[in-house]
Amino acid sequence: MTNADRTRTRSDWSAVRLHVVTGKGGTGKTTVAGALALALAAGGARHGERRVLLVEVEGRQGVAQLFDTPPVPYEERRVAVTPDGGEVWALAIDAEQALLEYLDMFYKLGPAARALRRFGAIDFATTIAPGIRDVLLTGKTCEAVRRRATPEAGRKSDHDRVFHYDAVVMDAPPTGRITRFLAVNSEVSGLARVGPIRNQADAVMRVLTSAQTAVHFVTLLEEMPVQETLDGIAELRDAGLPAGGVIVNQARPVVLPEERLKKAAEPGGLDLAELEEGLRPVGLADPDVVAALAQLGSEHARRVLLESGQRDLLAESGAPMYELPLLADGIDRVGLDTLAAELRRRGAA
Amino acid sequence: MTAATLLDEARRFDLDRLLDAPATRIVVCCGSGGVGKTTTAAAFALRAAERGREVVVLTIDPARRLAQSLGLTELDNTPREVDGIDRSGGGRLHAMMLDMKRTFDEIVLEHADPERARQILANPFYQSLSASFAGTQEYMAMEKLGQLRARGDWDLIVVDTPPSRSALDFLDAPDRLGSFLDGRLIKILSAPAKMGGMGAFKLITGGFGLVTGALNKILGSNLLGEVQSFVAALDTMFGGFRERAERTYQLLQTEGTAFVVVAAPEPDALREASYFTERLATDRMPLAGLVLNRVHVPKADITGERALSAAEQLTNGKAKRSARKAASAAESTDPSSVGAVSSVSAVTDTAVTQSEESQARELAAALLRLHAERAALARREGRLSGRFLANHPGIPVLELPAQAEDIHDLDGLRTIIEQSL
Repeated sequence: MTNADRTRTRSDWSAVRLHVVTGKGGTGKTTVAGALALALAAGGARHGERRVLLVEVEGRQGVAQLFDTPPVPYEERRVAVTPDGGEVWALAIDAEQALLEYLDMFYKLGPAARALRRFGAIDFATTIAPGIRDVLLTGKTCEAVRRRATPEAGRKSDHDRVFHYDAVVMDAPPTGRITRFLAVNSEVSGLARVGPIRNQADAVMRVLTSAQTAVHFVTLLEEMPVQETLDGIAELRDAGLPAGGVIVNQARPVVLPEERLKKAAEPGGLDLAELEEGLRPVGLADPDVVAALAQLGSEHARRVLLESGQRDLLAESGAPMYELPLLADGIDRVGLDTLAAELRRRGAA
Repeated sequence: MTAATLLDEARRFDLDRLLDAPATRIVVCCGSGGVGKTTTAAAFALRAAERGREVVVLTIDPARRLAQSLGLTELDNTPREVDGIDRSGGGRLHAMMLDMKRTFDEIVLEHADPERARQILANPFYQSLSASFAGTQEYMAMEKLGQLRARGDWDLIVVDTPPSRSALDFLDAPDRLGSFLDGRLIKILSAPAKMGGMGAFKLITGGFGLVTGALNKILGSNLLGEVQSFVAALDTMFGGFRERAERTYQLLQTEGTAFVVVAAPEPDALREASYFTERLATDRMPLAGLVLNRVHVPKADITGERALSAAEQLTNGKAKRSARKAASAAESTDPSSVGAVSSVSAVTDTAVTQSEESQARELAAALLRLHAERAALARREGRLSGRFLANHPGIPVLELPAQAEDIHDLDGLRTIIEQSL
């Protein structure tokens, strides 16, 4: 058996070991990836059983900021532990270092690698030729997914472990670029038809197109992120890649019953006299307050109806949906734990 | 009104003064992804045009409906005049969407003879490079900006920047691409073809075999061959890329250019804004101000605490009248429950039986809670923006209030600016 799940059968994605998290800029992709890693690390059968790797590929050190740790170097480092001892490790993959590591591993190119660097070839391969860069980033991630447990180096609990990590979460590039980023196969097909890069790309595609991978989309209930999500899901499916769930982030609470909402959304639909009456017992029946609250209420109503329409559009994609609340206090470790618990409760992890 | 709540007069970004000044020729809107750069750029351009300027706005990746409202139905690199604007001030507005690949193709066609151009355009390496996002989009945005400026048909160009994670990419990427195309590796790769192993080649002979050998090993020999033929075909354009990028970069340092950093009042966006602000100062590029987009402003003059306790009071009174069940369902914090018709209609059914007085209280309590939430959000945003402003004294700020609905027409664009003044 793999380490995929005995006790975590409630998750919709219990067979998945690589969770790729994408989303339009500003939707909270990194936050959700972090919360998902925490959620996946929790709930092991024994204390400290689960181990999850959170991978960052865009070199922004967003994960370090999220967990309030020093910048993550190009090495796997533990950044968080769940109350039941589950561990979240983090790795910021750097394409240049991944290439050097790769060269070292396969070719023992000591001096040649140095020469490559001197002539800017490393820079060329990692910065300019986009397909190659993506192969390196996804390749390193897939290596972590496939990595076998090594009991001698690990702890007691590692003895019955098949894989080093129970799950890997990737904080991936934004929705607009995700299919291109993951479809490394077609990306390099024009460039490298044979050779090691090509082989690497093929190996990556075998992991990415398998049932152990799911690509989740983070979105807000706004037109543009929703449209991008739907386009992204369609593109991904066309490319034969596995679309996972849709995670609606920063969903706002609904404070009015539906009938009132519909009325309040119309101009003048909110009964000012009624509101004034309602505010009287607490001494707030002031015309300015009434007008301000009424405006707030009608904006809220329009927003909720709009969000409800966007939710329907998302539902048409057929992807399972999970909603996370907007946290007014911002995102710190407590906030992340709240979101992680919410993801587990809703079956996303 | 809104700006005064957070900022004193001295720090207010006088947008109209910037847009009206004939000396202002280019406005660049930058910031990290998802902060509303495109909308801000479009709103500024519209405002300037309706105040009498001849404006073109270069958008990178607008939302579909916003693009439609600007008359942009095709991604064709052609500036088109926007209908529906107020031309009484004598201004006009054109808008265009950047087509990255086409812009790159045009440079090739312009600089190479037809046979060479054909070779380059057909080269798989070129195709990958020109369609990728690793710097090409930023380079092409700058290239297009240079072209629009050279055409001289407009007296103000408003530029949106590509949706990268980092706001700095816009400044860095062109140089990266330029230094690659113009760089040492390219020279080495093209050296055998150009010089037959003579001259300068001698200096690097030692490393060269090692490099090509290693590259062949990693990439497979056909890739290296394609890079070499790409390079050979690009030969005529050497130096050109670097120079062009530098020229445009210099354009950004001139007096007539104003950078506007766009950020949402959130930690990540403000951090990027911070990096960018410092970078502009280092490169001596003129920063006109910070746009804080989607700022939440409490509408009623009651503290969040007061509102919450009042809501509590109203709900408790009602609870005694045994409407507790309905109230808790109505105030559910589960947003998806609004879609669940059955639970909602159950609530309203119960509500019908409630007295009018109790319904009024319920409404008041719900809106007070909403206000308390808004006030908490506003306070957090104020704290975050306040910290940014304290670290960057002297930067003028324009706050654009959060809108209840997405902006996708000219009226929406007008409204956000009007509300900020």
